[in-house]
Parts: sequence; C-alpha cells; structure tokens
Amino acid sequence: MAKHILAALVENRPGVLARVSNLFRRRSFNIDSLSVGRTQRENLSRMTIVMESDAAEADRLVKNLYKLVDVVHVDHLHNQPSVARDMALVKVKASSENRREVIQLCDIFRARIIDVAAESLVVEITGEEEKLGHFTELVRPFGIVEMVRTGVIAMGRGSHTLKDQGYKPNRGRSSSRRSVL
Amino acid sequence: MTEDKAATNAESLAKTLETGAGGSAGACEQASGEADIPADAVMLTGAEIVCECLLREGVDIVFGYPGGAILPTYDALTRYPQLHHVLTRHEQGASHMADGYARATGKVGVAMATSGPGATNLVTGIATAMMDSSPIVCITGQVPTGAIGTDAFQETDVTGITLPITKHNYLVTSIDELAEDIREAFHIARTGRPGPVLVDIPKDIQIQTTEFVYPTEPVTLPGYKPPRRGRADQVEAALELIRESRRPVILAGHGISMANANAELAELCERAQIPVALTLLGKGAISERHPMCVGMMGMHGGAEVNHAIQQADLLIALGMRFDDRVTGNLATYAKGSRKIHVDIDSSEINKNVRVDVGIVGDLREVLRQLLDRVERRPNDAWFDRIAEWRADSELREIVRPADAPRHPAVSEGKLLGAQVIRDLFELTGGNAVTVTDVGQHQMWEAQYYQHERPHSLITSGGLGTMGFGLPAAIGAKMARPDQEVWAIVGDGGFQMTSMELATAVQEKVKVNIAVINNGFLGMVRQWQEFFYEERYNQTPMVNPDFCKLAEAYGIPAIRVTERGQIEDAVNATRAQAGGPILVEFVVEKEEIVFPMVPAGADLDDMIRRPTPEEFEQKRRERAAAKATPAETDAEPEPVAPAAVAGTRFGV
Ligand SMILES: Cc1ncc(C[n+]2csc(CCOP(=O)(O)OP(=O)(O)O)c2C)c(N)n1
Ligand SMILES: [Mg+2]
Repeated sequence: MAKHILAALVENRPGVLARVSNLFRRRSFNIDSLSVGRTQRENLSRMTIVMESDAAEADRLVKNLYKLVDVVHVDHLHNQPSVARDMALVKVKASSENRREVIQLCDIFRARIIDVAAESLVVEITGEEEKLGHFTELVRPFGIVEMVRTGVIAMGRGSHTLKDQGYKPNRGRSSSRRSVL
Repeated sequence: MTEDKAATNAESLAKTLETGAGGSAGACEQASGEADIPADAVMLTGAEIVCECLLREGVDIVFGYPGGAILPTYDALTRYPQLHHVLTRHEQGASHMADGYARATGKVGVAMATSGPGATNLVTGIATAMMDSSPIVCITGQVPTGAIGTDAFQETDVTGITLPITKHNYLVTSIDELAEDIREAFHIARTGRPGPVLVDIPKDIQIQTTEFVYPTEPVTLPGYKPPRRGRADQVEAALELIRESRRPVILAGHGISMANANAELAELCERAQIPVALTLLGKGAISERHPMCVGMMGMHGGAEVNHAIQQADLLIALGMRFDDRVTGNLATYAKGSRKIHVDIDSSEINKNVRVDVGIVGDLREVLRQLLDRVERRPNDAWFDRIAEWRADSELREIVRPADAPRHPAVSEGKLLGAQVIRDLFELTGGNAVTVTDVGQHQMWEAQYYQHERPHSLITSGGLGTMGFGLPAAIGAKMARPDQEVWAIVGDGGFQMTSMELATAVQEKVKVNIAVINNGFLGMVRQWQEFFYEERYNQTPMVNPDFCKLAEAYGIPAIRVTERGQIEDAVNATRAQAGGPILVEFVVEKEEIVFPMVPAGADLDDMIRRPTPEEFEQKRRERAAAKATPAETDAEPEPVAPAAVAGTRFGV
C-alpha cells in the first residue's frame, strides 16, 4: 500500500465529473481525494486523484480512466519527480489571550491569516498533505471551529508535462456546453 | 417550420441522398460519412437531422416505440421511408432487437424510445448489450431543455441511469451539436471494444432548425483511440511462451468473431497444434467440428475441457475476460500455467487473472503478428490426454448415437431438453442462427448445438437476461432475412417478452420459436436441488397453453411431447413461410444440466452425471436403503454440494 497520485486531463464536457466519480464507485476504487479545475486550455480540465492502494490497483484505475471517452490523458505522477500541494482554510478559536500563540504557529508554518474576528481566525495554509496534517494537529488544542481542504493538486517537475495528445476541440464545441464544474 | 417547408426540405435532401448516401441497401458502404454534402446545405429540424444521420450511418431498421418526447422524430420518420421502423410491444424488446440485429451482422443496431418510462424500459437491453460488447445506439426523447431538472412529466435522468451501462452517452445540449453527437455515438458504438451508446435528445432540439452539415472526415476523439497492433516486445514474449509450452490451451472468446479473426485463429491453432476451448460467446469463433476445437469451457462446459485448462502449462486467452463462470475459484484456477492475454480493452488485462504477457490490440492484427512467427510443431501427447478425458465424458453422455446403448438414466418415452437441441442441430445441419433465452435450455443449446460459423449463436452471456431470446431473434432475422433463425427459449423467459410475438406477426418475421417447456424455472430449480435441499420455492410455474397463446396472435403452433415427433415438427416449422411459427417441446420437468461447476468451486471440481455403472450401483443402494427403513426422526445432515449431487438419482 502506498499513496498514488494520478493526474488526468479531461474534456470539459457535461457529466465528465459524474463519469469519473461513478467509475470509483462502480469499480470499488477507494479514493482519498479528487480535485478538479480548469487548465490553460479552455476545453480541458484537470483532475488530481489521490488513492491509497497497491500498484496494481492504481494501474487498474489508470486503465479504467482511459476507457472514459472524455478522458484525454492520465499520468501516474508517482513515476516521476513531481510537486503536490494541498490547501486548507482553518477557522481556529482564538481569544485575546491565546491569539498570539496561534499567530506564531501560523508564522512557523508560513500560513496566512485571512480573517480575524473576536473569537476566531481563519488561516489559509498550503503545502504537502503532511504539513497540513501537522498544522491541524498543533492548532487542534485551541479549537478548530471548521475546516475545509481542497484536496491535492499535483504536477510533474521540470520538462514533464501532461500530454494533451495534440488536443483540438474537435468541433468548435460551442459555449452551450456546460462546464464540468 | 411549416409542414410545407419540411416537405420541401425532405425532397431536396432525398435528392442529396440519391447522389450521396443512396438507398438503405447501399448505405452500409457509405457509413463513414462519404455522402456528398452540397455547398448550399439545407435547413433541417433536429428530428430530420436524426433521420439524416441514421441514414448516413448505414441504418436501415429502427426498433422502437413512440411517445410524447420523441414524437417530432417519429413525425420526421414519415418522410424517410428508407428507415424502416419496427414497432415493438415493449421498449425492452426494442433494445434486445437492436442487440440481436447487431450481433447477427456486426452492424450497429438502433433502438428508439420516448423519455421517462420509455427510456427506463430500454435499460435491461442496454445493460445486456454492455456486458456482451454489442454495438447498439439508443435514441431517446427527453423533456424540453428548459424543463430538465424540474421533474417534468415523464422526465428521467436517462444519461445518469445509463452512465454505468453504456460505453458512452450524450445529452444533446444544442441543435448545433446534434449531428456530431450522433456521428460520434455510432463511431464509439462500433469501434474498439463495441458497446451501447445512448443519445438523449430534448424535444425542443428535435423541433428547432439548423443548417445540416455532416462532416466527411473521420471522427476524431482526443480521448478515444482504439488500439490496433500489439506491442512487438510483448508479441515476442508471447511467442517465447508458446515455444516453451507442452500443454497449451487457447481460450477463445467473443472477441475473435467481433474482430473477424476467425481465419487467423484457425491458422494459429493448426500451425502450433494448440487445442481451442470456447467461452459461451466464443462459440462460432472456430468450427466446433474443427479437430483442434475441444468445446466449451466453464460452469457447464465439457469436463475434459475444464480438466485441460486446469492441467495446462500455458493459457492463451483471446478476446475473453476470465468471467467467473469460466474460471470457477480464482485461487485454484489453472495454477500450473503461464498465461497470455490478448484483448482490445486494456482494463481486462490482469483484472481477474494475473497474466505473464498481456497484449492490448485488435485480435486480428495481433494474431497476424503472432502468425508471422509462430512455429509448426506436433503436440500429440497433449491431445491424447484430452481424448482420454473426453472418453470418460462420453461414457456419461445421455444424448447418444442411435447405435450406442442407452444411458440407464434415460428411460423410454422421456423427452429431454438436450435431445430436442441435438435433434434440432442435426435437422438444421448445424446451419441455423440460434438465439437463446437464459436457463437450462441455453446451456443445452451450448452443449448440443455445434456452431461452425461466427455470429451463429446469439445469447445473453454476461448479464444472463431472461426475456432476451424472442426479441433478439426477431432482430437477428430482420438483419439477416435469408438466414434460418431459431429462438430457443424456456417457458419462464419466454413469458417475459412473449408480447413481441405481435411484433413478429406485424412485421411478418419468420422466426422459428422453440419453447422448451419444463414447467419450471429450470435452472433455478437445479440450484435448489443441489444447494437448497430440494426446496423448490417459486420455481414451478402454471403456464398458459403456449400453442393457444401463439394461435391467439395468429401464429401456427405445434406441440411435441415425444422424441419421435421432433423430426416432423422441425421439418414442418422450417417449411412454413411468411411469418413466425412456434413449437412447444414439453420436456422432462426435473432434468439437470451436467456437468456443473458449483459457483465458486474449483473449475475441475465438477458435478458429473454418473456413468452407467455408477448409476446402476446407486440404484441398487437406494433399493437396499428402502428395504431397511431409516431412522425417520434424524435431522438430515447438511451436505456439501458435490455430495448432494453424488447421491442424486436421475438424469
Ligand atoms: C430477468 C432475469 N430474472 C431472473 C433470472 C434468474 N434466472 C436464471 S435462469 C432462470 C430460470 C429460467 O427458466 P426458464 O426460462 O423456464 O428456462 P429453463 O431454465 O427452465 O430452461 C432464472 C429465473 C435471470 N437470469 N434473468
Ligand atoms: Mg423452464
């Protein structure tokens, strides 16, 4: 068992997110996180999928993703040097007495405070999953009011890029196409 | 758009079609969109565009059922006489007919239905086609775009419902994309690993008009590129394994016929002297009379075939997917063998069985790559061993040549389902296209009707859909009117879709319908006998008089109750012209399909029919047991499946 990070370029067509998430359920893949967003190409979105599994299982997911017509390319980022980032917004309880302590902790983690209220702070923190884990453990004693994470996004280092297979939107797909999101 | 204008458009298009796509007969060759599109393209409604696209994809028959959300398209169909619409009696029938049509020809079958209940009724047929990789395109009407999501009358999220049971599906969001969506649907359905594709078209889009353009260049989809040739290094590795093997077996699946790789398979097995075992859907991949062909594998396959697989040192799986019905217990499956797997779908490789060499590609291409290099060599010792196992199977056979002594399990006068199939096979010279339903009769068909040609057995293997037989047979016969087509159905499954008798009559489709009537959901009864201590819960049926039922539809019918009547009945059926005809075979109620690998058991741990000696031995033991009365109050011990079968007395 290991952590596998897959990156997939998908056509920005209606239902593509449903297709991918249905695949997880239909073929019993256990996914840690899935994040979807736009890319520099108008008609392509990019998904980052993190799963805890053995290599065979990750390979099975790659093949099944490829079976989806809307999936243009899939990469197993495990197989090359890559960078991965997760982001969290954490609302931490902070009264006038302990606010300073929380702020210090944020400084150490290079987290940013983006909202200050009488009883709480909203902290934005970005980094590898592990770093976010450590941070939340350390602020937990203060009291986490709420938290949200984006899920991991990842990219190969240097010259490694996700191939778009010479992607051309094959028919000037009109703007009437609803987006994935 | 006014009706006049629509008519003018249709006329001008008809002209285009004369020069372009031509009539329905020649349309097939035009399928890849070579039709001439004039520079001054015409304005068409969405409904007309649907019809135009169907014509250009080579469609000649549409199986369907109308309703509100698809009515504009039904109206447009009146202006396209080249598209013959077959009114089914249930949308499930439409999807099965499209499937039967597709399997009989390899062409894409088309089913059409309205939104909501019409679309949901298609679902069983779509799932059936998906499991068996059958190319069909389903066109459904949808509520108008603006009403989607409001729970409008007869609204169903059919693209959502069919997401896991289609190869791909479309909800058309703009009339400007309609033609392209349909074109892609056909392309996806028929290429790569074929499968069902659904196109859901909101009613307003069927009514709107746009300039009709049908692109002539081939469809390119960035995320969809079916593989062709296998990787050279993997082909090399496969050749090496073949060279080193002493006890190889080819496992031939549906993929062989779908890839038109039948000749290549024959050449491969002849040259390297490799026995060929067939999956259920692989029947027809190679002639069953071919000396290299050893027969069907799996749950109800030949014992000698399963033994050969378990004892093999190399399995060469071609276009099959190691379904649980052919492997039995995976933990003990073909332990001592290395494995080569060739499939067009990469996700099949290492899915159920880990293989040594996996080759992703079109079977015909890959077999040709192998044939370039495969060496000639004898393999007699291996064939001799298989022949020994076969001799043991033959001892237990009940359907024997006339000059062989009768198996003591078969008493005089009994009509057995197995005999019906064997006689049908002989009387039709093995040349019919048979379409089965699901159950015991399906397995007897597979065991006793030897197929020689591809696409000559049409059966629901993956999903095991009862009710498939009759409608699929109608579709197959309409696709190949010159072919003799037999629907072989059980009394249970027949009643699931028997309303399609009316369709066969209305369309004057000459399907020969053999109802194997055993008064039971026979296959389930068999499981109850083996694994549920003979508690026959909900498997006996009170049936209608099937001959009278047929007659009510205006269909001639013959009832057969003895083996001696089969020949006349079959001959009379074959001679009957002009429409469907039904033969009811009233067979033994409590027959068993032997051999059987219980679900999850080891592939060679089969429940066998006793040999004549074993049978007589049991008969004596039983008689002796009766003489000394047993302790009646003792609870019966739970028994293992094989033991249950071992004590069983009967056929
Ligand atoms: C739609 C559907 N429902 C239930 C089943 C489970 N099933 C498999 S075989 C069978 C019995 C079939 O009975 P019949 O059609 O009379 O054929 P027989 O086995 O008697 O030849 C049943 C109920 C099925 N395969 N399909
Ligand atoms: Mg029955």
